[in-house]
Parts: sequence; C-alpha cells; structure tokens
Amino acid sequence: MNENTPMDEVRLAELLRELPPAPEAWLQAAQERPAIARAADQVLELAEADAEFRRTLIADLEDALRTAGHEPDPRLVETLRRRLPEG
Amino acid sequence: MTGTAMDWAAVSDAEVVRACRAGEDAAWRELVERFSRYVYAIARAHRLDESDAEDVFQETFTRIYEHLGRLRDDDAIRPWIGQLTRRLCIDRLRAAVRDPVPDDSEERGELDRRMIAVDEAVSVQEALRTLSADCREILDRFFCRDQSYNTIGELLDLPPGTIASRISRCLGKLRTAYEGRSGPAPASGEA
Repeated sequence: MNENTPMDEVRLAELLRELPPAPEAWLQAAQERPAIARAADQVLELAEADAEFRRTLIADLEDALRTAGHEPDPRLVETLRRRLPEG
Repeated sequence: MTGTAMDWAAVSDAEVVRACRAGEDAAWRELVERFSRYVYAIARAHRLDESDAEDVFQETFTRIYEHLGRLRDDDAIRPWIGQLTRRLCIDRLRAAVRDPVPDDSEERGELDRRMIAVDEAVSVQEALRTLSADCREILDRFFCRDQSYNTIGELLDLPPGTIASRISRCLGKLRTAYEGRSGPAPASGEA
C-alpha cells in the first residue's frame, strides 16, 4: 500500500482487526523487564563482592535468591542463568 | 521527558527509544505498549500456538531491552523489532518438528501475504494514533477488541445508537488520516 492510496472503510476495518491487543498478562510481564534487570544487577553485584554468596548462587540459584531477599521469579532466575559465569 | 501523566501518543518512536535508553521506566512501558500488537501479530501470522507465541513475545522484548543500545537508527525501531520477531518465530518453528518452517512453496507465499497485511495494519494503527483519544478508544474497542455496541455503551456510558454513529464518524476520520499520512510504515523485512 502506497502513500495516499484510497482505502475503503471495510478494508480499513479489516486492517484494524489485524492488530488485536496481546494478552494483558504478557504485556505486564514485558513491562516489568527493567525491574527484573535491576534485581539481577543487584544480585550480581552482591555475588561480585561476596565469594561465598557467589558459590551459593551458582550451586543453588533459587535458594540463594531467597537468602538474599529476592523472590525467585522465573524471569529473574532465567536472566541470572544467562548472566552468571559458568561453574 | 517526564513521567506519569504524559501523552505518549504524540511522542515519536525515536523519542521513546531515546527515553528508554535514558532509563525511563515509563518510556519502556510505552515501548512495550506501542509494539506489543505488532509483535503479537507477527507471531500469529507465523501460526505459532499460544504458548510458543508467548515465549516469542517475551523473548522479543527481552532482546529489545538488552540490545536497545546497539540500535544505530532510532527511527528504525519498528523494522528492527519486526526482523527480530520474525527470526524468533522461525527459530521456534524450526525447533518444533510438528510445524516445519514454510519453504519456497505456497506456504511461504501465504506467510508473506499475512506479513504484508500486518505491515499494512501497522500503517493504519499509526494513522489511528493521530486521532482524538475518544476516536482511538471507540475504534480500538469495536474493531481490535471485538467489543459489542452494548459493551462499549456501558463502558462509555453512551446509548448503542450513539456508539454506532461515533464509530462511523471516527472511521471516516481514520480514513482521511490514513490517506493523508506522510508515508507508509517501513516493512518488517524478510526473515
């Protein structure tokens, strides 16, 4: 479709229907991404400063998160798994 | 750019991107809101099931968040998101034996047709953003959210007959805005 192409209103309506909203829960989860990233930053900073915590984190991530006062949200766990160094 | 009460409808994509890079949470929420339908529509165009579509949706926004700093042209955010989403959809299809990636055949042509419709729909959504909040809401509720005259009437405290005439009037305005827009939306590009 080019600029200024005439468009009848039936087609316009069809095209509006092409973009329904994504499920609200998906949207909210994606919108919380910065908060998850900040939580991951905090945990990694702590791991940087505390070798014992780092070892616990690598051995049992979810338990280490609880100990550090974070709910082991699956997105936080996934983010940390990606960012943690191996072993 | 500040916070909570701002009318993001008047803010360009590039400005939203810059505000996201500056760490504004409100801008990130707007970016997700603004592109969520596009990402969802691309996943639907690839005929992903709901679970795979959700994974692609979340992975797309995770990558956008993590790689926004690498975007060279802030105005190119939409085609970048389009390409990223398509790539993730294709990866997902490849990983699922049940649903092979469309090849050069008819299926591929069908996918391309669906993607063209998505890109055309994005242009219509961009024209919609230029209308009044009232028109945006009523057209969105009726066409995109598939709400009935009665439901919309109850929500907006208006009689159904008024809803019908407003939809008609707003559709006319949308048509004018669409035909007078400054240019087509960039396509999402090939996978």
